[in-house]
Amino acid sequence: MQKSLHIDPGKCTGCLQCEMACSYENEGLFNPSKSRIKVFTFHEEGRFVPYTCTQCDDAWCMQACPVDAIVLNAVTGSKDIVNDRCVGCKVCTIACPFGTVNYNSTSGKVIKCDLCGGNPQCAEACPTGAITYIDADATGLDRMRQWAGKTDTQRAAA
Amino acid sequence: MGWTQKILRVNLTDGSVKSEPLNREWAHDYLGQRGLATRYFVAEVDPGVDALGPDNKMIMATGPLTGTMASTGGRYSVICKSPLTGAIACSNSGGFLGAEMKNAGWDMIIFEGRSPTPVYLYVENDRAELRPADDLWGKSVWETDELLHKKHQDPQLRVATVGRAAEAGCLYSAIINDLHRAAGRSGVGTVMASKNLKAVAIRGTRGVGNIKDPIRFMNVTREQKKVLADNAVTGQGLPTYGTQVLMNVINEIGALPTRNMREVRFEGAGKVSAEAMHEPRHSDGKPNLTTNAGCFGCTIACGRISTIDRGHFSVANKPEYWGNSGGLEYEAAWALGPDTGVDDLDALTYVNFLCNEDGMDPISFGSTVAAAMELFEEGAITTEDTGGIELRFGSAEALVAVTELTARGEGFGKALGLGSRRLCEKYGHPELSMTVKSQEFPAYDPRGIQGMGLTYATSNRGACHLRSYTVSSEVLGIPVKTDPLETDGKPELVIAFQDATAAVDSSGLCIFTTFAWSLENIAPQIDAACEGDWPVERVAEVGARIWQLERDFNMKAGLTGADDTLPGRLLKDAANVGPATGKVAGLDQMLPKYYELRGWTADGQLTDEVRSKFNLPA
Repeated sequence: MQKSLHIDPGKCTGCLQCEMACSYENEGLFNPSKSRIKVFTFHEEGRFVPYTCTQCDDAWCMQACPVDAIVLNAVTGSKDIVNDRCVGCKVCTIACPFGTVNYNSTSGKVIKCDLCGGNPQCAEACPTGAITYIDADATGLDRMRQWAGKTDTQRAAA
Repeated sequence: MGWTQKILRVNLTDGSVKSEPLNREWAHDYLGQRGLATRYFVAEVDPGVDALGPDNKMIMATGPLTGTMASTGGRYSVICKSPLTGAIACSNSGGFLGAEMKNAGWDMIIFEGRSPTPVYLYVENDRAELRPADDLWGKSVWETDELLHKKHQDPQLRVATVGRAAEAGCLYSAIINDLHRAAGRSGVGTVMASKNLKAVAIRGTRGVGNIKDPIRFMNVTREQKKVLADNAVTGQGLPTYGTQVLMNVINEIGALPTRNMREVRFEGAGKVSAEAMHEPRHSDGKPNLTTNAGCFGCTIACGRISTIDRGHFSVANKPEYWGNSGGLEYEAAWALGPDTGVDDLDALTYVNFLCNEDGMDPISFGSTVAAAMELFEEGAITTEDTGGIELRFGSAEALVAVTELTARGEGFGKALGLGSRRLCEKYGHPELSMTVKSQEFPAYDPRGIQGMGLTYATSNRGACHLRSYTVSSEVLGIPVKTDPLETDGKPELVIAFQDATAAVDSSGLCIFTTFAWSLENIAPQIDAACEGDWPVERVAEVGARIWQLERDFNMKAGLTGADDTLPGRLLKDAANVGPATGKVAGLDQMLPKYYELRGWTADGQLTDEVRSKFNLPA
């Protein structure tokens, strides 16, 4: 079963455990500024929204890379950076419509979410279930269930 | 390890900024944050110093777990001498600034001297410099935050700043970071403004590492997050209702100080409670509470994000207050509500916004307004003093009006900015001030919760619930239930809470974890992160050492055992309703035993024995 990250902003409290988990997994440090997932705060609206790569099937970043440094992980479906090949040209950061590929000035390479090879640490660390790693073909299941629960079949029958 | 081992020293008088290595011996004795900063402070500052003079210093300090994945590991504290109390001030804040400071590579920042002109400190990792703040002076916290973000074109900058209240000399001004998190009590913001330091803006991208045993740290912090999630208070009560979950509980047991502590139960408590914050409004169908929010790394997320009813008189023509911001927490809701007799939730939310917008401690402010209302009703102050405001208990209009004045340092707000003790003395009624060591009370009446009487009387920063929250035991039964009306056993209880709290406040973690955690849960997290061995006993001893060191400073600053007391109202006027009916605060039954257990003399002075036991500086 292919899985994908599923984000429910309504459950996010803005605690940044996901950003720390991501940076720790990838950089060995608790460093939100180097996280592949970012939580945005919309203060006036009182909303917190985690955002990261959706792993496009036909990925713009992968298409744009001139040195084939972004490759498909056949197991997880993620698009992974091959550090040895990346030359830090940043074309992929321009190509990505969502801004989820970013340059890391410390390493001179780009960074993006690689689903931690199938065990995404952001989802592990999220205390509220705002970030989950679920069946990629059924990310709408929870919402369907909610609406299904609101369907008043008894009244319709009567 | 656990520490970055670097401190930043900022001399505001000559404008110099330099890096120093952390004193690791002190870190091993005092851990970090509250304890370690106090150790630096007592080494560098004469206890007799004028709190608002250039020789006072102000330290912003993180703990070894600040900036890590330990749940709630985002705290920092501000230490200085308080202009309100004359005692040591130590105010703790969450939000994101503390973690940012650690990410920039600093354990603490020491500010000394006074700048000739307004400045702010800008820190970007190793680079730190003072910059002119003439354009920021006179601006609110919210305006300053926005201007600094614009100026640096960096949405991820974290800002701590003072507002107009501090600039005007309000003695209980707070330092506000991240728009609505506060190092709130004892006037630390007033000290910051006295140094012509408007703001501290930090961007840290270095990351926090230097963990002694990373694998063990990740495992133990994960286990302990589960403990928080599985606990009824930290897993459900606090995220759902916030600290406001207490309003109805404390009212029920007759320990909700009402109308300047004349009464112990408020008939309007339900209208300003957590439950009321969830109720849809008639006007737009939305509840006061939009969502809960977490500070950095916090898996509890008790923070409140709220809106005010747009049709409410306080904001009717002010769209700038129609958005979401930091909502009511219990202590603020109590001081602004039951203590002033106001039961208007929207008015309290607006006034709370203003306290954040211009940096005032809502506890001290609300309590001072309550005292002023009693002075007004007694005829000691009149509309001539207030500029026409009918300052009566229960008047939301009056509360809103005096808040606007005090936040901006205008009119009668100048007098309210003195705090309850000085205000009541000014108008000839010192007995109406509900304070200890000149600091206003928080939201628990010691007639109904006896341990809190001893807590207030002996707190090293004046009346405060956060030095030993025996409410946990006496009301909630955490870790064991004790009888709130009983004085027996309370000296032991208060000491245990005081010492444990001092340790938690020095770690980088939030005290609210202790509804679920004891030092047994916390010590292993410190031990996995910090150099050396940190068994529970050592962490507890650090807490006790910090308490003694703070007390020692206060005694040297001129306080005495006579300051360990409560207002006559609480010692002589019995509660007239609820379970505590007929009770006064039984301080005299607890204080001598407390001194004895602390190893102090009968008049509350430290002995040489205690100094040597805890290896305190001379």
